[in-house]
Amino acid sequence: MTLTLWQRLDKTGRNLAPFAVTVMLALAGMIPVPLPGYASVAPFLTAVVVYYWAIHRPDLMGPGTAFLIGLLQDLLTGGPLGVNALVLVLVHWAVSSQRRVLVSSTFALMWFGFGLVMMGVACIQWLAFSALQATVLPFRPALFQALLTMAFFPAIAWMLIRVHRAFLQG
Amino acid sequence: MKPRNSGSVVRLAAPLRALAQRFSFLLLVLASIALMMVGRIDALSVDSARARVTDAFAPILDAISRPAATAAHVVESVVEVQNAFEENQRLKAENARLLQWKQAALRLEAENISLRSLLKATPEPSSSFITARVIAAPGSSFLRTLVVTAGRRDGVRKGQAAIAGSGLVGRVIEVGEWSSRVLLLTDINTRIPVVLERSRQRAVMAGDNSDQTRLLYLPPEAPVQVGERVVTSGHGGQFPPGLPVGVVSSAGERGVRVQPNVDLSRVEHLQLVEFTLPGSETEPSSESK
Repeated sequence: MTLTLWQRLDKTGRNLAPFAVTVMLALAGMIPVPLPGYASVAPFLTAVVVYYWAIHRPDLMGPGTAFLIGLLQDLLTGGPLGVNALVLVLVHWAVSSQRRVLVSSTFALMWFGFGLVMMGVACIQWLAFSALQATVLPFRPALFQALLTMAFFPAIAWMLIRVHRAFLQG
Repeated sequence: MKPRNSGSVVRLAAPLRALAQRFSFLLLVLASIALMMVGRIDALSVDSARARVTDAFAPILDAISRPAATAAHVVESVVEVQNAFEENQRLKAENARLLQWKQAALRLEAENISLRSLLKATPEPSSSFITARVIAAPGSSFLRTLVVTAGRRDGVRKGQAAIAGSGLVGRVIEVGEWSSRVLLLTDINTRIPVVLERSRQRAVMAGDNSDQTRLLYLPPEAPVQVGERVVTSGHGGQFPPGLPVGVVSSAGERGVRVQPNVDLSRVEHLQLVEFTLPGSETEPSSESK
């Protein structure tokens, strides 16, 4: 089974799709939206993407990739380095420990699983920021961010399924 | 011999791979925590790395923020058309009132100039503006910053004040080649020396990641009234004195809270202000004003 150069390039390009989509959503999540109070509860889009690809294509979205995306997000958002990296690696870990259940489950169960993961994410973010600031920060914004991300989950997942079918099957 | 050998290799490789995978999680978690430590210890190099990455992505952020801004404008203009009549009435009334204020201001300015010439008062510090567009805001519950399209090559420097329309927005904390980051008033790390305009009571304004800010170090018996204007005091030399910041929105047992003048979620353009103290004015600031 020898592939020509073009076939190999094509395959590599397609395999990069999960990473590219994640970076694009990380950037899209930073678009300033002129709604009062929105910035503090803007959905954590990269968590959705890492969750989805870690279930369906763990070969293309390994823990290392999740770490790199988190690091990029840390650098772009100007927050303390390592927090998003930690969060996304832990999301990946949570998924890969339950992957057998999730990969054959219904959409509703996947959504429910994401809800649990997002609650964990909110707790970790809150803990990390509170520890780095050495104060107890209010937990509510993180909670609302988690809820909003859960509300956004079906839309993002639909888009990811489209990408998945377009680039990685066939 | 060969097939048996490779079989044992496979039998060995599977648990090894699993171990490596489990180990890689631990390694990555440790790496994240190490990065948090590095960020605390060596903030300077982390800042420069951050500025480089932000620079690299600034063109993309700039491009994708434009359609979003346009969409917001369209929605806003539809709402505005609906309220055009009442808005017009309100603005006419306000204009009449402002014209009176303009007369008062002109009279005071003339008086001020003549009194200054009598007193030989030191001139007001000069300032120069750099106007920049907001291209990104981190979607995070614990950060209040903005990324703008002006950097070192435009003359932005760390510590400059960021102003939008009617007041102070924040301060430049990180400068790249063509992008920079502004820490907003409401961020938990912000501390700004301010003074209450009427009572001249000094205080430090601090953010707490909510939409309003708090006043720290006010004496308990200080007479603070709701609606009193808060302006920068100029102490510390970081900001020019007298920049409007906000209005006291509540004063009570649980501290004094300030509503910033500028709606920080709607800032699209802001001015980065270079503020030079009169004593340090050695370089010719020809492009100022």
